[in-house]
Amino acid sequence: MTSESLRNIWTITKRELVGYFNSPVAYVFIVIFLLMNGFFTFMLGNYFQRGEANLNSFFMWHPWLYLFLVPAAGMRLWSEERRVGTLELLLTMPISAWQAIIGKFLACWLFLALALALTFPVVLTTMYLGDPDLGSIVAGYVGSLLLAGAYLAVTVMTSAMTRNQVISFILSVVICFFLILAGWEPVTELMVRWAPDWLVTTVASFSVMPHFAQFQRGVLDFRDILFFGSVIGFCLFCTSVVLRGLRGA
Amino acid sequence: MITVEDLVKDFGPKRAVNRVSFTVQRGEILGFLGPNGAGKSTTMRMITGFIPPTHGKVVVGGHDVNEAPIEAKRLIGYLPESAPCYSDMTVHGFLSFAAEMRGLHGSAREEAVRRVVGMCFLENVLHQSVDTLSKGYRHRTCLAQSIIHDPQVLVLDEPTDGLDPNQKHEIRQLLKRFGRDKAIIFSTHILEEVDAVCSRAIIIDRGQVVANGTPAELRARHELAGSVTLRVQAAAAETVRGRLSSLGTAGKVTVSTDSGTVLARIFPRDKTVNGDLARSVAELAGKEGWRFDELRTEEGRLDDVFRAITQPDTRRQGA
Repeated sequence: MTSESLRNIWTITKRELVGYFNSPVAYVFIVIFLLMNGFFTFMLGNYFQRGEANLNSFFMWHPWLYLFLVPAAGMRLWSEERRVGTLELLLTMPISAWQAIIGKFLACWLFLALALALTFPVVLTTMYLGDPDLGSIVAGYVGSLLLAGAYLAVTVMTSAMTRNQVISFILSVVICFFLILAGWEPVTELMVRWAPDWLVTTVASFSVMPHFAQFQRGVLDFRDILFFGSVIGFCLFCTSVVLRGLRGA
Repeated sequence: MITVEDLVKDFGPKRAVNRVSFTVQRGEILGFLGPNGAGKSTTMRMITGFIPPTHGKVVVGGHDVNEAPIEAKRLIGYLPESAPCYSDMTVHGFLSFAAEMRGLHGSAREEAVRRVVGMCFLENVLHQSVDTLSKGYRHRTCLAQSIIHDPQVLVLDEPTDGLDPNQKHEIRQLLKRFGRDKAIIFSTHILEEVDAVCSRAIIIDRGQVVANGTPAELRARHELAGSVTLRVQAAAAETVRGRLSSLGTAGKVTVSTDSGTVLARIFPRDKTVNGDLARSVAELAGKEGWRFDELRTEEGRLDDVFRAITQPDTRRQGA
């Protein structure tokens, strides 16, 4: 990648970020994200009753929280461009579609990272109450961020498919829901009863859950990072195919 | 600067653009005319590289738009049909973004923004959010975006659509000024605009080029173009016709009487050498002692020409 394409990507990222913070969306999103995180961790997750100095009751809800919040944050990325017609403006500028796709993805990912970073009081609380393993907290955050990235890539893809944000939202929720369910223990247990082993493992291998669980255990495994990386890469590639099809038809 | 060769675009079974070819040189302003749905916007989208052609090619400044899109796009400034802008930004933010996308950073960016803000009269709304702008301002903001990098090629899809007469005039003046050293294509429905601005016009209908020439050449296609109209007081219609027909340069002559005056229309024998027809008619009238209160050479009206060579929607449906 040349410095010029990096510059183009950054210009697009910057524009998207400014767009987020120029509208109330960013603030509403962050507040809701933090409130729900607190509610799930402390009320449903029984953070205090557990009496453990770790963040398991915090991270365990993220796949479900992100299921709705990440599509909500990313649904407008391309659909809005299509609806308003700025797509024509963007794609006739001297940049490649790839630079636009990555720029937009990065903008929203950075935004999600900021929201996630604002959960730091949970870490401080845990450190005040006990003596947590900081390494596994870092691993948990990395896993959470990668999970958000994978969901976001799915949302970017569905967002390019339609000019309607609501459709984009619903599609990405459904796909992300599949990514959870395919390897969620209650579902795999149901499958084990009738399906052959290879089928169960194949379906489960599409799931984000086993990989996300590794991070929660404090394990930073290259294979798990590769999994999330390839989900992101695949979905962004699909986005470029969708955009090309849009212009060809 | 712009070469369009044998351009074809199919949308499913429908052929939107059919073998369109033309060139635009630096210093030329090409008016792109045609009824709605004739393929004007589709052609412009292919020139700017937004959609790839089914067949044929577009070369801008020596770069094939399909094979070297980035290099070609660098040379082009484009105003899409509906003048879309990012509504969550201020005018200044939007123009700065456009400048950065064109590789202008730091002081070069600020300089470029200042230049186009002055040209497009945006000073009053510079720090206003785009979605609070009136249509005229939004249109000019998008136009400003298209000229921010001082491009050699300008492609403008209906640049005066939705503007009031004063703003239309301003944009036309701007186009004329740019036309001196750029290659410009713009589409319009307004035929007077073609006369006011263009050095050449193309009329496109159902995807095909049906006329290509200077506005004067297009007007000359009019059936009345080059004919002389003469209104004579108190004279006999037949005498007038007889005398006029005897003129060497005159071809067909028609006369009609209208509340005591005779209205004669003299067509030139040869449409291409009609220069002196009006003068010889005047000389004849003087010799005959006719009192005439009107004598003029018809130029032909562009909108009649336009109507004659394009099919209106209603007729097309019947066909």
